[in-house]
Amino acid sequence: MLEFLQRIFGKDSLKSSKSVAQERLRLVLMHDRLDLSPQVLEELRCDLMDVIKDYMEIDENKMEINLEQDNKCVALVANIPVVKMKRLPSH
Amino acid sequence: MGEVYVITSGKGGVGKTTTTANIGTSLAMQGYRVVLVDADIGLRNLDVVLGLENRIVYDLVDLAHGRCRMRQALIRDRRLENLYLLPAAQTKDKTAVNPEQMKELCEKLKLESDFILMDCPAGIEQGFRNAVAGADKAIVVTTPEVAAVRDADRIIGLLEASEIKDPLLVLNRIRPKMVRMGDMLDVEDVIEHLAIDMLGVVPDDESIIISTNKGEPAVLNSASKAGEAYRNISHRLAGDEVPLMNLENRGGFMDRVRRLLGLRTG
Ligand SMILES: Nc1ncnc2c1ncn2[C@@H]1O[C@H](COP(=O)(O)OP(=O)(O)OP(=O)(O)O)[C@@H](O)[C@H]1O
Ligand SMILES: [Mg+2]
Repeated sequence: MLEFLQRIFGKDSLKSSKSVAQERLRLVLMHDRLDLSPQVLEELRCDLMDVIKDYMEIDENKMEINLEQDNKCVALVANIPVVKMKRLPSH
Repeated sequence: MGEVYVITSGKGGVGKTTTTANIGTSLAMQGYRVVLVDADIGLRNLDVVLGLENRIVYDLVDLAHGRCRMRQALIRDRRLENLYLLPAAQTKDKTAVNPEQMKELCEKLKLESDFILMDCPAGIEQGFRNAVAGADKAIVVTTPEVAAVRDADRIIGLLEASEIKDPLLVLNRIRPKMVRMGDMLDVEDVIEHLAIDMLGVVPDDESIIISTNKGEPAVLNSASKAGEAYRNISHRLAGDEVPLMNLENRGGFMDRVRRLLGLRTG
């Protein structure tokens, strides 16, 4: 009851336990789903390459992509050596 | 030709057996020919929930190994003549049956029934692989808790990998009051995370415990809220359109106050 009152009056910055659960669930699912199969990663690599090729010439063999994580967030980290820029229509 | 639904969850104790018994009983009440299969080898449960524990002679493993005929292994329900149970074996050896045999078994059951519901054991090992082997579709059961939803997510991934498309979700043991107080994940939250279609929501309800004590599924009790939820679910499974149940008891004093104040109650 006290907790309820505190929540209503916003005395404490008590987050509802539901929103805590929401956030924990979001993170845990993201981490669980990170376990991508090599095939999926390869597909992603190919798709990325196709998009980038419209803009620049890249060294396909040295291109690396990885998912990196710490306990708060997840990042898709790509290292893509550029060999040559295309001449794009200037604005 | 019938269809095989596997009822699965990953996490233990979230209500797979309860869900299997209730959906199955309700489908049979609608006149469908239903077979409930207890695939939890070594931990037979479904027979007790249905009140059929004293009638078992042969079991799933006997049938899979050809030690008896189909008609000998299937136990007919006490109340509904078109509802049957194929009980699990109580052997310790979980490899007593393999996915190939389960597939064969399902094909045979499909010839003579409309719905086959496979009560899957918890976990993702052999027992799970056996239970999904012959399944056409899947019902994933979860509760509004982080661990249960997480395991449901794993299971959905594994189901996809075994080519069982578009599983349906049953969210069990919702407590409307706690949801309203912000202390329980709500239907929308769970759907948002899992991104699958909702088959139904079942309230946390004492009548489930009472009906389990008696061996009479809650759908047989017209006063049971959970029973009503399961009846709705079974109608949806049979293709009828039934709106999601309002789990709030609208008669209560607080509800009236809340409505007077114009606060949301659902
Ligand atoms: N909606 C509900 N309200 C109240 N109690 C429930 C509800 N659903 C299930 N239970 C209770 O929770 C317990 C576990 O349910 P059940 O045996 O159906 O889960 P299970 O997923 O089959 O478990 P296991 O993984 O061990 O096979 C039982 O005691 C059951 O009575
Ligand atoms: Mg069970």
